[in-house]
Amino acid sequence: MSKPSLKQILKDLESKKISIRELNQDYLNRIKEKENLNVFIHFSEENVLKQIDKIEKDTSTKKLKGIPIAIKDLFCTKSMPTTAASKILENFNPTYESFVTQKLLDEGSIFVGKTNLDEFAMGSATNTSFFGNTINPLSKENEPLAPGGSSGGSAAAVAADLCLGATGTDTGGSIRQPASFCGVVGIKPTYGLCSRWGIAAFASSLDQAGIFSHNVEDASILLQSIAGFDQRDSTSAKVDIPNYFKNLDDDLNGKTVGIPKEYSIDGTPIEISQIWEDAIKVLEKKGVKIKNISLPHTKYALPTYYIIAPAEASSNLARYDGVKYGFRSDEIDSLDNMYENTRAQGFGREVKRRILIGTYVLSAGYYDAYYLKAQKVRKLIADDFNKAFKECDFIVTPTAPSGAFPLNEKQNDPIKMYLNDVFTVPASLAGLPGISIPFGKDKNNLPLGIQILGKHFDEQQVFNAALSLERSYE
Amino acid sequence: MKIDKDTINKIARLSRIKLDDKESEDYIKDLNSILDWVEQLNEVNTENVEPLSNISSSTLPKREDVSKDVNSSEEILENAPDKLEGFFAVPKVVE
Repeated sequence: MSKPSLKQILKDLESKKISIRELNQDYLNRIKEKENLNVFIHFSEENVLKQIDKIEKDTSTKKLKGIPIAIKDLFCTKSMPTTAASKILENFNPTYESFVTQKLLDEGSIFVGKTNLDEFAMGSATNTSFFGNTINPLSKENEPLAPGGSSGGSAAAVAADLCLGATGTDTGGSIRQPASFCGVVGIKPTYGLCSRWGIAAFASSLDQAGIFSHNVEDASILLQSIAGFDQRDSTSAKVDIPNYFKNLDDDLNGKTVGIPKEYSIDGTPIEISQIWEDAIKVLEKKGVKIKNISLPHTKYALPTYYIIAPAEASSNLARYDGVKYGFRSDEIDSLDNMYENTRAQGFGREVKRRILIGTYVLSAGYYDAYYLKAQKVRKLIADDFNKAFKECDFIVTPTAPSGAFPLNEKQNDPIKMYLNDVFTVPASLAGLPGISIPFGKDKNNLPLGIQILGKHFDEQQVFNAALSLERSYE
Repeated sequence: MKIDKDTINKIARLSRIKLDDKESEDYIKDLNSILDWVEQLNEVNTENVEPLSNISSSTLPKREDVSKDVNSSEEILENAPDKLEGFFAVPKVVE
């Protein structure tokens, strides 16, 4: 069987080789077959069939007409409930549509379901979800693997071919790391490229929507569909969105790639260093100049992130109080008591941990020592990248420090868990676009990922480099 | 140790999250280990460094000052766990 491709399917639909109904029926069958992976928090065959009926009657031309897309359950959708994988939003039915999902609907795509994630996108294994773990489709029988996280359901949906593309969000690596674990392509664009309107907020200065797909070409098609300015998000950027797909060019001759020495970290498995070297060799053969660069504040990115993200989360999640929407505890003798019980019962362990740490670092007397300090270090991290990009066109690193780990691996130590994001967090803090593409295998024959980072709003260069590496690898 | 029992109780109260004794103990441990770990930021000299809060390289655009109907009170109340005559309903606050 050839690898599925959105580009090919769009051609087949146009030439009437297949119909929208046949295509989606095929996907529906596979979703039902793979129910054991727990990819979806919400899936309704009836809902999908209704969407097919509707789009079949639509006579207009649309770019993604009839294309099955999976939506991370952090995006508010009118036609399906939205939970953020939390008990506190268990029965939430948005009365509005997020910017990103509205764009996809306008293009004629069909939403197959809402995918599982770490609760409020806080995690790296999709194991903090109130609705249970998602299983990595690449797992062998009886040895379930984690799909990565937080967008683990979306990555798994693409890997198991339950859709032709999926939306995700990335705050510190939540698209790139699961893409790497599941052997698919995942892009987090520049902060501000896609409106955050209608996405349940985690850390607003870092959150960014993006795409999972089977290959780089498909990602370029889909990203263009969800990008764009939106007045309702004050950090949404007013920039022209190029036709990424049409402009794709895998000729990298004369370009310069930056290789940051700080990304060689003690204790990184040999296979990770190996694929990194392999990728550099491939680029060299293609006429790319190799430039060793330095991003001196790299080691401070994780601790910076784990102050800023929880601080913003503690503020963003204050809205879940049992009054306006979602879950309310039964034990309510007083108003304060209602808040405290609702939030105690509605949030999971990791979310509470981050709210508590965020509240602490923002509390009177500690703000300067933690939050302000972290924002200053963040500036230095962003400056490192700005300097580096004066000498190179893009940067190549591994995506994650390991391949997919076993689902049941104990993650009692929060700091150990946070280390999953060591290669992805710095670019998040600097707001840069990054893509992960499958490249090489670990000793268990599981896929690994290479990450390509670009300048602000230079997604085209990121796609071009990714396409070039992808073609050399296949 | 930065976080003791009193501090965790204070933070939990500020966060409006009720913790039982077992949870308090676990979080004291977790938070102390995280705060010890982030301590390494003190190695970085940040004198005269402006804090970075907005990484968006574009300037904030202004919108036209016109009124718009975006949603109705009915829509806003649709997901409320308890409502009464067009308002959110909560437990009695004033005795």
